[in-house]
Amino acid sequence: MKAENLNFDRFDIEKVRADFPILGLQVSGKPLVYLDNAASSQMPQAVIDRIVQYQTAEHSNIHRAVHYLSELATREYEEARVKVQHFLKAQEAREIIFTRGTTEAINLVMHGYGRAFIGKGDEIILSGLEHHANIVPWQMLAQEKGAILRVIPMNDAGELLIDEFEALFNEKTKFLALTHVSNALGTVNPVKKMIAFAHRHGVPVLLDGAQAAPHQPVDVQDLDCDFYAFSGHKLCGPTGIGVLYGKAKLLEKMQPFQGGGDMILSVTFEKTTYNVIPSKFEAGTPPIMAAIALGAAIDYLNGIGLANIEAYEKQLLDYATEKVSALNGVRIIGTAAKKAAVLSFEIKGVHPHDVGTILNDDGIAIRTGHHCAQPVMQRFHVPATARASFAFYNTRQEIDKLVVGIRKVQEMFS
Amino acid sequence: MSDMRQLYQEVILDHNRKPRNFGSILAANRHAEGHNPLCGDHIKLTMNVSDNKIETIAFEGEGCAICKASASMMTGAVKGKLVQDAEIMIEEFRGMATGTLDPDGQDNHLGRLKVFVGVKDLPSRVKCAILPWHTLHAALNPALNPTQAEPSISTEGEADPVSDHA
Ligand SMILES: Cc1ncc(COP(=O)(O)O)c(C=O)c1O
Repeated sequence: MKAENLNFDRFDIEKVRADFPILGLQVSGKPLVYLDNAASSQMPQAVIDRIVQYQTAEHSNIHRAVHYLSELATREYEEARVKVQHFLKAQEAREIIFTRGTTEAINLVMHGYGRAFIGKGDEIILSGLEHHANIVPWQMLAQEKGAILRVIPMNDAGELLIDEFEALFNEKTKFLALTHVSNALGTVNPVKKMIAFAHRHGVPVLLDGAQAAPHQPVDVQDLDCDFYAFSGHKLCGPTGIGVLYGKAKLLEKMQPFQGGGDMILSVTFEKTTYNVIPSKFEAGTPPIMAAIALGAAIDYLNGIGLANIEAYEKQLLDYATEKVSALNGVRIIGTAAKKAAVLSFEIKGVHPHDVGTILNDDGIAIRTGHHCAQPVMQRFHVPATARASFAFYNTRQEIDKLVVGIRKVQEMFS
Repeated sequence: MSDMRQLYQEVILDHNRKPRNFGSILAANRHAEGHNPLCGDHIKLTMNVSDNKIETIAFEGEGCAICKASASMMTGAVKGKLVQDAEIMIEEFRGMATGTLDPDGQDNHLGRLKVFVGVKDLPSRVKCAILPWHTLHAALNPALNPTQAEPSISTEGEADPVSDHA
């Protein structure tokens, strides 16, 4: 598609930008160009207001007292759970567990499911695209149990090799942990097909949705995944909150993750009876404010529409891909046919860290490094990449500034 | 852009393009490796020390311009120096990079290394500049890493990696 023909007026971008106070910031004396959304997104005023409202007039501990504030906070916390349920199209609210983030959600599944149902000689399949959050917990489990990790390889575009994926399955395969969208390359994996294949072998599937949930509609029932994890802070919400969706049937037979208050029905020194789901997995006082703010973030995103967000970001990505690939001496890493709004690139002869520092001088925020995906870096034989990642509040003008910035870097290092 | 020119001075860009003392010394009697996992910087130092003097020194590895230029200029600066003088320079370089030593206002032996003064305003880059020096410190003090055959340094999560040995 030619950049000139793109239709950028699907929604009112100026109005959207005005919702985000931080986008008015000046950095290094220049207007902030925030292109590090895959690391963490920004928060709209509506969510900030919700936080202030909660802390000003609604806060108390939940599930614990009969007084007004406790009942109010409990109701709102549980309403946030229902918002997440609808956001993911889950069948029931009790299938939604609040966690600290994607990392904790995956660790919960590793402890609660993995330690109970994966044993010596069993095999866990991961993909070569995984974030460390979806590698290290499984490696720890494999070490503890004597299980084996098998890795789905990818091609030079950063697409998983589906034939090789299918060939990894055997009677020892016990789990598939797969990223929905790659944070390092932007690859959108054909997860629905892969899940169906795994299920034909009786293998449950966890999807790491950290980079998918903020950028496209997700329907866990349609995907038929067994677990789905994402983080609030990448979805216009606050840090400290994330979500694990799990099929009720599985969650019920899993072991608890942490022990403490709220996750019990009764405790004596002889025996503890665990609470029902989701409480079984929410030991201690949860991040109440953050959960309610995540609910507000979901309301905000629904107001724009995830399908609209996906379409708009696709246009931004196409535009950025066209502009950046037209530059000499710049290589885009990750050229999958189906990609989300991530552009990883390398400037010939310049280390990504220097690229990041020089762009910062123009107010442009990108991420440089291995993006917590060192196996991906090794696959492409680079120590690190520079990564611009877009959100629905970014503009073509900002991408133009990125391109000017890249040229400046090249000039300086020429 | 002028700030950036201050940091990426021609000397630094030149050492980045054509690092000096690049490679490794086969019969080295001191060596250490340094990592900065955050940005993938990786430096391997090899050297020969005899009679308390750094006779030869070389480095190899992957790194950003700041790290490579710092390593390149460091090898030039400490070659032929006594170990204790190199240690003084390590301290001074670290002081300059973290802003506790003003290289123009206070006595020091940094000389041309002063071109790195600009990193003190960029907290995320301080580690890049210091990594080679930190690695040198480890190579000169194998006793600091008694459990490791190969002294190995990581600057992950530390603003001032040298200080934990101080
Ligand atoms: C694909 C992917 N998985 C997992 C994570 C970890 O998320 P968090 O740090 O919020 O737990 C991230 C975020 O960096 C990610 O991009």
